[in-house]
Amino acid sequence: MHDGFALLALLVATLRAAAPLLLAGFGELVAERAGVLNLGVEGMMLVGAAAGFIATAATGNPLLGLLVGALAGALMALLFGVLTLTLRANQVACGLALTIFGVGLSALIGLPWQGTPITGLATVIWPGLDRAGPVAQQFMLLDPVVWLALAMPFLVFAFLYRTRPGLVLRAVGESHDVAHALGYSVLRVRYAAVVFGGAMAGVAGSYLSLVYTPMWTENMVAGRGWIALALVVFSAWKPLWLALGAVLFGFVTIAQFHAEAFGLDVSPHLLATLPYLATVVVLVLISRDAGRLKLNAPAALGKPFNAAG
Amino acid sequence: MRLRLEARQQPSRTMQWASPVLAAVLAALGGGVVFAALGHNPATALATLFLQPLATLDGLAELGLKATPLLLCAIGIAVGVRANVWNIGAEGQLTLGAITGGGIALAFGGDGHWWTLPLMLLAGAAGGAFWAAIPALLRTRFNAHEILTTLMLSYVAVQLLGWLVHGPWIDPEGFNFPQTRMFADDALLPVLLEGARLHAGFLLALLAVPLAWGLLSRTATGFRLRTVGQAPAAARYAGFSADGAVWFSLVLSGALAGLAGVCEAAGPVGQLQPLMSPGYGFAAIIVAFLGRLHPVGILGSSLLMALLYLGGEQLQVTLQLPIAATGTIQGMLLFFLLATDVFIDQRLVWSPRHA
Repeated sequence: MHDGFALLALLVATLRAAAPLLLAGFGELVAERAGVLNLGVEGMMLVGAAAGFIATAATGNPLLGLLVGALAGALMALLFGVLTLTLRANQVACGLALTIFGVGLSALIGLPWQGTPITGLATVIWPGLDRAGPVAQQFMLLDPVVWLALAMPFLVFAFLYRTRPGLVLRAVGESHDVAHALGYSVLRVRYAAVVFGGAMAGVAGSYLSLVYTPMWTENMVAGRGWIALALVVFSAWKPLWLALGAVLFGFVTIAQFHAEAFGLDVSPHLLATLPYLATVVVLVLISRDAGRLKLNAPAALGKPFNAAG
Repeated sequence: MRLRLEARQQPSRTMQWASPVLAAVLAALGGGVVFAALGHNPATALATLFLQPLATLDGLAELGLKATPLLLCAIGIAVGVRANVWNIGAEGQLTLGAITGGGIALAFGGDGHWWTLPLMLLAGAAGGAFWAAIPALLRTRFNAHEILTTLMLSYVAVQLLGWLVHGPWIDPEGFNFPQTRMFADDALLPVLLEGARLHAGFLLALLAVPLAWGLLSRTATGFRLRTVGQAPAAARYAGFSADGAVWFSLVLSGALAGLAGVCEAAGPVGQLQPLMSPGYGFAAIIVAFLGRLHPVGILGSSLLMALLYLGGEQLQVTLQLPIAATGTIQGMLLFFLLATDVFIDQRLVWSPRHA
């Protein structure tokens, strides 16, 4: 019975750690399938985290906070879209700029709110959380955001492969010239995909500051945006592989906190390198086969579209 | 009638150099907006940010001090981008350079050897080069993209330093503060100006400018790098090694960033602390682009970025403005630059609406 509970707790913790990766990762997957490489995920998550936290601290409503976080991420993505889609600037450089800008902006707006206590999402939606039994509590920790994150693989899969707009989006990502010739608005599809990616990154960020560790600290996303980007490459742009990768990384993140329980006496600093090292290892394993990546990557990924020719 | 972007016949040389200036002005205006939003007089705040640091000799010395790591990192990044190799982990290579160079200082400092300081600089450069060689190997051997690997290794390097200064290298007489003991005098870089913090590392960084310029525009290696970056197919046809370009530019930029790290440790900091840089390695990406990926341009843009850091500290002291405000301006600077760069290859024209 005791082991069973430990296993349940580990599973819940893993899913909670995987949720931001799932959300941000699927947002980026959709953008990349439309042919846009946005390296600004980390920056969008940070601004989403800060904005969502501020909205929650000011109103006391974490659901509103999530919404504001999504909106902030979407606005950041819109900025990226104007530069790369309308002005056709370099996507790699603009993505880096978005991250650098997001780090600065989130630190600036979040500063007065550092150390402000907020009510976490779970206590708001589950009034009986404190009085519930330990097993019920574990299930209550799986809040609607986690469920949304867990539903993302299926939703995105269904959208991309079972709907007409999904087909158009993939076509735009494979060959924008052909899609344009067929009469589809390449820019409109790409704007929509990029803004969706930003909103998802914003939700992922505010999940971190509202639920995962209910507080705001500078740079609290700590590379998760980059890990989400790496996971998209790892998945070879396939939804189910991305889901698997995100859950695996959720486990790696949790494992470092449980190392002590397994009797491992290692510095927390060295344990904290695990997710980053694991990202590198996974990238190496997956990129080794250059042909496979080339075959699966959206053919127009990163290329600017110019209707005038 | 509507505004439309149209490709220019030829890239505009005027815009090429006007764009960074325009971007800097726009970022300053954007900064003014931020300061006004924070409830400060934008004119006063901007004067404190951009002018006050330049008013004294001490301020100018501090400018050189802050420009040193930015210049070293940015030159390496620029050489890489010329070859289409994106090293965005200079922060980590800087950190590793501080670790390896600092290790030498802790081991041999105070023993009075003449070679302690030279060995520290060498070790710092080697440490940074080693940290950048890992992504080079992963890219050339396993095809893993350097953007993600260099960045991931940055996080690892910072944790590694955290482990060292919390654990094995902690100052035994430091009241458990996470830092090493102060370096001995013979393990510190000589100061250039009496009473100021500007040190000999600034000269090393200045020396890197003509060397990098010569390398890029006067040697066959530089030509190969640029060809691989701009015309990969032509480079393949000419038999230039793309893998060679990856190795060369990553190891070179890693070594320069490592040098920047050991110069910080043996210069203004004088010991190892959990964070050796307030994001110089990332700001150097902005510096490289702002300087048009040209060593001489980068010298100018590193001084501008140093001014932002310095003025930011000034704002914190005099107006109690958060240091993050300058981080926002840094980000805006790169954004505005990328936006104004659009007009190098394109121009705005009025055109009748499509029927």
